[in-house]
Amino acid sequence: MSNGTIDAVTAETPRPSMLRQNLKEFWFYFSESKTAVIGLAFLVGIILMALTADIIAPHDPAVQYRECLEQPPTWGADKCNFIFGTDYAGRDMLSRIIFGTRLSLVAGGMVVILCLSIGIVFGVVAGYFRGWVDIAIMRIMDTILSVPGLLMALVLVAILGPGLLNAMIAISITYLPHFVRLTRSSYITESSKEYVIASRVSGAGKFRIMFITILPNCMAPLIVQATLSFSTAILDTAALGFLGMGAQPPAPEWGTLIAENRDLMLSAPWTVTFPGLAILLAVLAINLMGDGLRDALDPKMKRS
Amino acid sequence: MFTFILKRFALLVPIFFGVTIMAFGFIRLLPGDPVAALAGERDMTPERHAEMMAKLGLDKPAWQQYLDYIWNLLHGDFGTSVLTNRPILDEFLELFPATIELGVTAMMLAVIIGVPIGIFAAVKRGTIYDQGIMGISLVGYSMPIFWWGLLLIILFSGVWGLTPISGRISFLFDVETVTGFLLIDTLLSGEEGAFASAMHHMILPTIVLGTIPLAIIARQTRSAMLEVLSEDYVRTARAKGLSPLRVYGLHALRNAMITVITVIGLQVGTLMAGAILTETIFSWPGIGKWIIFSVFSRDYYAVQGGLVLIAMIIMSVNLIVDLLYGMINPRILHTGS
Amino acid sequence: MSLLEIRNLSVEFQTVMGSFRAVDGVDLSLKETDLLSIVGESGSGKSVSMLALMGLLPWTANVTADKLKFAGRDLLTISNRERRKIIGKDISMIFQEPMSSLNPCFTVGFQIGETLQQHLGMDRKARKKRCIELLDLVGIPAPEERLKAFPHQLSGGMSQRVMIAMAIACNPKLLIADEPSTALDVTIQAQIIDLLVDLQNEKGMALVLITHDMGVVAETAKQVIVMYAGQQVEQQEVDALFAKPRHPYTHALLNALPERSLHLDRLPTIEGVVPGAGDRPTGCLFSPRCEFSQDDCNQNVPSLQHTDIGAFRCFHPIEYTGHGE
Repeated sequence: MSNGTIDAVTAETPRPSMLRQNLKEFWFYFSESKTAVIGLAFLVGIILMALTADIIAPHDPAVQYRECLEQPPTWGADKCNFIFGTDYAGRDMLSRIIFGTRLSLVAGGMVVILCLSIGIVFGVVAGYFRGWVDIAIMRIMDTILSVPGLLMALVLVAILGPGLLNAMIAISITYLPHFVRLTRSSYITESSKEYVIASRVSGAGKFRIMFITILPNCMAPLIVQATLSFSTAILDTAALGFLGMGAQPPAPEWGTLIAENRDLMLSAPWTVTFPGLAILLAVLAINLMGDGLRDALDPKMKRS
Repeated sequence: MFTFILKRFALLVPIFFGVTIMAFGFIRLLPGDPVAALAGERDMTPERHAEMMAKLGLDKPAWQQYLDYIWNLLHGDFGTSVLTNRPILDEFLELFPATIELGVTAMMLAVIIGVPIGIFAAVKRGTIYDQGIMGISLVGYSMPIFWWGLLLIILFSGVWGLTPISGRISFLFDVETVTGFLLIDTLLSGEEGAFASAMHHMILPTIVLGTIPLAIIARQTRSAMLEVLSEDYVRTARAKGLSPLRVYGLHALRNAMITVITVIGLQVGTLMAGAILTETIFSWPGIGKWIIFSVFSRDYYAVQGGLVLIAMIIMSVNLIVDLLYGMINPRILHTGS
Repeated sequence: MSLLEIRNLSVEFQTVMGSFRAVDGVDLSLKETDLLSIVGESGSGKSVSMLALMGLLPWTANVTADKLKFAGRDLLTISNRERRKIIGKDISMIFQEPMSSLNPCFTVGFQIGETLQQHLGMDRKARKKRCIELLDLVGIPAPEERLKAFPHQLSGGMSQRVMIAMAIACNPKLLIADEPSTALDVTIQAQIIDLLVDLQNEKGMALVLITHDMGVVAETAKQVIVMYAGQQVEQQEVDALFAKPRHPYTHALLNALPERSLHLDRLPTIEGVVPGAGDRPTGCLFSPRCEFSQDDCNQNVPSLQHTDIGAFRCFHPIEYTGHGE
């Protein structure tokens, strides 16, 4: 016979088997969308490409082949045999694009990690404390939102100086409001539910309630947002690279590749086409995956 | 109704202060000596340094500088460009119409094509039309806009020679600036071929700038319609024997438009960001190109002023969207929330 | 003359998990002033069959029937355009949730007037006059002001009255009411049902009342159809049905009414659950739960048998010797 205390631990933390079951259920819904699985497969492919770039790239991305400047894509020729052609300095486009996957993935990953960590903290704090703290945080977020993302990133990079790292920081700041708002609103929705009251009644402290009780239940929309931000970050990093404010030459970031070959765009179109195609395919894959994630995590669509 | 407008307006005030603080702080956060940065001179003698500092008002305490700044802003003084020595507001207003013209046409393209496509996809849900439209729109907003622009230039201007590579109008024409909108000014000037040239130059930039908003608007219209189509009142409308055009185009759409208008309003920010890239690619003489140029040439007052002006414009658009939202959805009007 | 003739109506839905039969072989005959009640639990297919008649099902639904005739017109082969001339005018339907069945963006006057304009081609003045008449007819006070009201300004009962006004605007020959009072307050429920019955008498139209409330059925209906798991299991006149139900399901349903168990300690229930999409029993769908089931019941599927007192779908309908239950 119970002695009146609620066992808070078992009420909150999912046991390992529950987690595995949740993952299995998640995969069931996710794999229903073939396009989402294709997207995931492509992303895995890109990650592998980034990890094995040294091995699979046919040439060193920095080596300049002076005799083969601005060569169109060729196959099986004796000399200057480059599948994607060469750029203005005679470097192999394919190798540069392959190495570029590293920069894009790092950029996307960094942005997502920064936004999730800082955004969640701000969102939870705003949602928990409400009042002045909430208003202040939200007004700051509104201010950031009132300036278009790219412009904001430009101004920030102007302050911090050009470069990939600064570009990532700048982009993270522009995405932050989305994460804060999302966390806050789903936090507020969850905090009026009964399992939170149960937790509070059984004596759970502030931090425990904020981060262990409520937060896990807000994760679904955040995961979707994180995925979409990953793809948008790749686009924005490339945009900043294109404008000369992101990764600086000779770094083979895809946007920077387009920028440094822009003068040859009419005479050697492959030099700008292929890097852009790489951006498109990477972003497309992640967006496809994100769509599948959203459908899989959306409670309204669940069927038993 | 009035309280509704007033409430919305009141929300702008803290954001205005936030943006101005941000812009004001921007210069103070620059690495190095702000005096040197703003004066545009290097290796100044101590006397010259003090002189410039006083002239720029940088010797006063920060809060006072901020108040002076706000005071100037409210009087329309956004500072002077270090490069051209002209008031920033003047430069902005001179170039702004070009961006508006491009933005408005791009938005029109996005809405006129995007909304009907979205409705069509929703009505034909699950069919190949739906999947095709959604697939294309997904590609549309996964594309880097600057690459898309370059690609179109390569094809249409380079390979096929159908469109001009850059600029707003052929350099053969010298049209008098009346409104700042070339499409109107060329008509007013009556010069033969001027209007056609302006239109011709506008095709590619409009397509490039409008692609992403089009894709997003199509998607969001579709999902808003899908939600609405499953509502009871749509079933009632069909049970009344109304024609599909009326059921979808009036009963469903009116409710879906609420979401769609919000989305369209949100696209204005996207358009502005896209304009920066589009104008750079097509050498379109608008705000986007100007801001990039200012950042690169370290014309910090211009960047600061541009930031505040653009933010204010976007805030105003959001306000208008909110008001429109209230007009379409009677519930908002009556409850005010 | 028969107003509505339905023979072997079936509706199949294409779902992710295969084909699902929501309605399986419904037979129905209505004359001009009939008042028919269709009863059943949630998921019995009672609403879907009427929605199929109206043509309001989504494209994933496949409607088949041997006969589906209304006022001499074949509704199976009719074109969509022709169908739209009939529904809303000669056949109308009102639904369960009145609050969400009205479009929040348009006024009451606009929504009622739409029907008038669409089917009767009335001009603005005539429409306004008729709308006020209709609102008065359904018992809405101060009808002139109500014309300008938006749905969110109305209560549940008012909304349903507006829906009824909209449905009878063109003097339909048949009105289908799908659980019209279920979502309303108890005090309002009786008012709405009474309103429907009064209107039916005044206008001389046929009324189909879909409900799961046996009390309402007892008080208002003349004919009753009982549905279970998409199949029509019994049809009789109301008095006969309540006195001598033939199908074991109807029998069990009536026994479960609180009014009939006043002398018992515990309320009788029906063991088991209604079969869903995946667990259809072989043979008679009710056999796993039937207290009278015999061996042949779960091997063969009983067909609907028509007799002079009604119809039932059972191999061993309950017999009554002489008098009493």
